[in-house]
Amino acid sequence: MTAALELRGLCKSYPLRDPNGWLPRYRELRVVRDVDLTVESNSIVGLVGESGSGKTTTGMMALRLTEPTAGRILVGGQDITRMEAAALKPFRAKMQVVFQDSYSALDPMFTLAQIVAEPLHVHGRGSAREQTETALDWLERVGLHRSYGSRYPHELSGGQRQRVAIARALVLRPDVLIADEPTSALDVSVKAQIINLLQDLQAEMGLSILFISHDLSVVRSLTDKVAVMFNGRIVEEAATEDIFIRPQHPYTRSLLDAIPVLNPRDRRDRVFRSREDLEADIPRLSAVATGLPPAPTPRLIPHGPGHRYEALVQ
Amino acid sequence: MSAFPAPPLVDIRDLSVSFPQHDGVVQAVRGVTLHVDTGESIGIVGESGSGKSVSCMAVLRLLRSPPARIEATALSLGGVDMISADNRQIADTRGRVAAMIFQDPMTAFDPVFTIGQQIVETIRVHRAVSKAEARSEAQTLLTRVEIRNPASILDSFPHQLSGGMLQRAMIAMALSCRPQILFADEPTTALDVTVQAQILQLIKQLQAEFGMGLIMVTHDLGVVAETVDRVVVMYGGKVMEQAPVQDIFDSPAHPYTRALLASMPGQGGGRQRLIEIPGASPNPANPPTGCPFHPRCTLADAQCAAAMPAMSQTGPSRQAACWKLA
Repeated sequence: MTAALELRGLCKSYPLRDPNGWLPRYRELRVVRDVDLTVESNSIVGLVGESGSGKTTTGMMALRLTEPTAGRILVGGQDITRMEAAALKPFRAKMQVVFQDSYSALDPMFTLAQIVAEPLHVHGRGSAREQTETALDWLERVGLHRSYGSRYPHELSGGQRQRVAIARALVLRPDVLIADEPTSALDVSVKAQIINLLQDLQAEMGLSILFISHDLSVVRSLTDKVAVMFNGRIVEEAATEDIFIRPQHPYTRSLLDAIPVLNPRDRRDRVFRSREDLEADIPRLSAVATGLPPAPTPRLIPHGPGHRYEALVQ
Repeated sequence: MSAFPAPPLVDIRDLSVSFPQHDGVVQAVRGVTLHVDTGESIGIVGESGSGKSVSCMAVLRLLRSPPARIEATALSLGGVDMISADNRQIADTRGRVAAMIFQDPMTAFDPVFTIGQQIVETIRVHRAVSKAEARSEAQTLLTRVEIRNPASILDSFPHQLSGGMLQRAMIAMALSCRPQILFADEPTTALDVTVQAQILQLIKQLQAEFGMGLIMVTHDLGVVAETVDRVVVMYGGKVMEQAPVQDIFDSPAHPYTRALLASMPGQGGGRQRLIEIPGASPNPANPPTGCPFHPRCTLADAQCAAAMPAMSQTGPSRQAACWKLA
């Protein structure tokens, strides 16, 4: 079966400004490096990492909202990496996005019905009356009363706004949803509601979700597979429980170790490792394991079915 | 004299805070009673709008009044009555007795002064020391919060530092007057999970070392599980339950506490639906009658909608306010 979304060797670099020509040669900041990631059809994949790890940039490239420097993006097996706007439009309908900040994601001048109907309008689905009707159906489906259709975003709570953003993203019945930290700004009790809503809609629609988050507890409850990003690279990828039970990469381990305990009984003193220390760890691992000379590029190596992590081996 | 026990470090009794608006009154805090003893750490847990931050700001007198209306039968910090205190006493108490760190360290620092200038200023406002002495003390403080290159950080501007580094600097500044109690309002919410763990551990260490009291304001039960001795659960401007931290997790008495704990993600293995609390938090401009949680509570009946239950003892050192306590 074709995967819903495939990223192949995706890279993004930004040239470093050098107005005075002081740098000896062209330099660039490599934000995302050689990312391979598959979102299987009808599954939820978590992309985790800290701020600056490149996870949001990866999501934006998958949507063609940021142009990749290199690599390929396949949606339902079709390469959309270099597609022109007109050819890309039907694929835009297949891929939608929900952002972290629902307040800035919804136009304050539009009613909720207009907001949810707009994708239908843009893609010319049905008459204006049908579009409004579908929009109101979707408001109901995400747990808001139809009467909310005439309200404005500022009248809603954060959780309600996020429901509207989800309705807008799903009204075109996309194959892929990219959810970029959709629950980070929400209260605990509302967070659970939104997570459950995403789970239910995913199952009903056979949707594929790329769930970008730094909240590992949410990722554990929601996803089928997890990819861990560090310094712009995927350093480990595996089935969700496999990652949580058998993390292989030192960065994954440090990330999991930092999750707050679920019960005060499990309090412990943690030993924290600096970033430099972590970065130095992979060559050290390989030197111990293989005795090879240092400095080859790290590669993802398999560790059981569906599990791979980055290490220096030949 | 010795017959009187030492007064609590923080003593809040029946605190109400409201903000008159053009179309009504927002009742942010509605009758909160809580105390913190010397060296004790408590967590105030609640969702947005529960009144947890406003309660802390009221006792520190950080709310401009008017417009805020603050009423309480007791509101004291380190034995100083914060209701009758004049501006001088308030300022003195804030430095000497209490310090506060905030959620967003980027906006809490002034962007046009260096970190060093700001810490030095804080020290010199409260203590008669020279600039040079204050600067060397600031440097020591930065070392205490595990900043490796304190001299260069002192000369940095806030925008040059990461969120985690700024929060460390903020903690150093809070410690500069050796407070008896630290108010931490969501200090790690804006930080990455690894940095959060480091900051929480640092706060715990410093609290133990300085014998300092701690009020950790948070919506995250994980943060509470990591850091505090006792928990106060707030909802709709009222205290729902308070108990030692282990009791809260082992045998929550209030239905709201139970629902909050049940909704924590990451429990048990594998993909699963979470247990959610239906409905939404109450509107502080128009709170429900009776118990504020009754519209979302599975046990609620007519009595819950009619009247707010009083706090009752549910164990040796714990109380809850609910009609349905077993």
